Amino acid sequence: MEAVTQLSYSVDTLYFLLCGALVMFMAPGFAMLESGLVRSKNTSEILTKNVALFSIASLMYLICGYSIMYSDGSGWIPGFGTALWMTDHSVEDVLASNGDIYYSGASDFFFQVVFVATAMSIISGAVAERMKLFAFLAFAVVMTGFIYPVQGFWKWGGGALDEAGFLDFAGSGVVHMCGAAAALAGVILLGPRMGKYGKDGVINPIVGANMPLATLGVFILWFGWFGFNGGSELVVSNIEEANAVALIFVNTNTAAAAGLIAALVTAKLMFKKSDLTMALNGALAGLVAITAEPLTPSPAWALLIGAIGGVIVVFSIIALDKVRIDDPVGAISVHGTVGVWGLLAVCITNPDATIGAQIMGIVVIFAWTFVVSLVVWSVIKMMMGIRVSESEEQEGVDIVDIGVAAYPEFTK
Amino acid sequence: MKLVTCIIKPFKLDDVREALSEVGVQGMTVIEVKGFGRQKGHTELYRGAEYVVDFLPKIKIEVAVDDGLLEQVIEAVSKAANTGKVGDGKIFVTTLDEVVRIRTGETGPEAV
Repeated sequence: MEAVTQLSYSVDTLYFLLCGALVMFMAPGFAMLESGLVRSKNTSEILTKNVALFSIASLMYLICGYSIMYSDGSGWIPGFGTALWMTDHSVEDVLASNGDIYYSGASDFFFQVVFVATAMSIISGAVAERMKLFAFLAFAVVMTGFIYPVQGFWKWGGGALDEAGFLDFAGSGVVHMCGAAAALAGVILLGPRMGKYGKDGVINPIVGANMPLATLGVFILWFGWFGFNGGSELVVSNIEEANAVALIFVNTNTAAAAGLIAALVTAKLMFKKSDLTMALNGALAGLVAITAEPLTPSPAWALLIGAIGGVIVVFSIIALDKVRIDDPVGAISVHGTVGVWGLLAVCITNPDATIGAQIMGIVVIFAWTFVVSLVVWSVIKMMMGIRVSESEEQEGVDIVDIGVAAYPEFTK
Repeated sequence: MKLVTCIIKPFKLDDVREALSEVGVQGMTVIEVKGFGRQKGHTELYRGAEYVVDFLPKIKIEVAVDDGLLEQVIEAVSKAANTGKVGDGKIFVTTLDEVVRIRTGETGPEAV
């Protein structure tokens, strides 16, 4: 019996660690996607934002975020503490727990920390090409150390949303819609890029510098998402759970594929062009849509849920541009609009879901994140400003903020 | 001595280069440029937003030639760069005041 426990504990811990590593790989995925969709003169800056935010998330979550999310809070009040001196379960405790403790505590931290980094990286795309680097990093400290953990506690930490029956398997709400809400707050305060919107409702395209990188980024995100959804099952070491994980992988892949095709077709019908960037956003939309519930749907339902996400994202991108919300990579649409769809879609296939609880979760997470983010962005704006100057924006933030050109052989 | 400046469609570069070699031209300078004449541009689309592309990519070739070779060069380029469709380009001929070969210091027609 002990041998089996030793083995299953190791298997489940290993599973957490490998899935966590897969989700970590989503960080370069975002970095490549974003650097592909911004202009060459702003590329080094967005790369710096991406590597730095991942590091800040790793550290802030260790310093306080993880403990806020997972220690002894209750209801609406999270706990507090630090994981800097984390210890793990002793062999005796594990064996005595009769299966209740089935994975390493440190592996749980590792799996969770890459999720908060994902939420934070959603924001970097939306504010690209005109935000001051350190304004962004200052926000990252607060987002990863406080804003995300509090709403994460309300659901995954066993807080009030969890008690109300709100369901969010891998984070369409807790991660994706949360990141989008923070991004929306930032973009509203930041304003659009120079030259993006003209008079009389004219929308000027600002074309991305590197389609191969953008495509690579999306494929990497797709790949990492198997860990994002697969790992969120939290267990793999018995027949039932192994089957569940396998189905989650299948549904995740199906939703992404359906989302991509749906977006491609929608773009072709609407614009007569099969816009690659819309197709890429469609794949991500499919993934976000299924993330709230990748286990209970059949692959047939996953296909539909992903496809609807792909259609929604195209319309959302166009709509945001119409109201002059400038989002260079479509992050708010992919993660926010479709995040809402994903949370509502849970009711289709999961009998334990209720529309009421889902809506409550959507509203609470959005309101908390949006309002607190607005406050934090405003404070940062007052203290150091969040936007680069006009001449800096024209020259490109790489030269101004980073001092390293991304494509030095190809000036301009 | 004359400087012959040719604006041609980019995919015609190899054909023009071969044609110039055949009439005895031994050197040229090539640069990627953008421009338009009567061809005008076209509208493109990026994430649902339309924009007009006025300037089309072209290739500019500069060749310095001795007066005696000028007519053959013009004919060679005209034939090689021609597609019959709008946007084929133009040839400009200007007079060269001086030509110097940097390595040897030769000047005039020998340096061409």
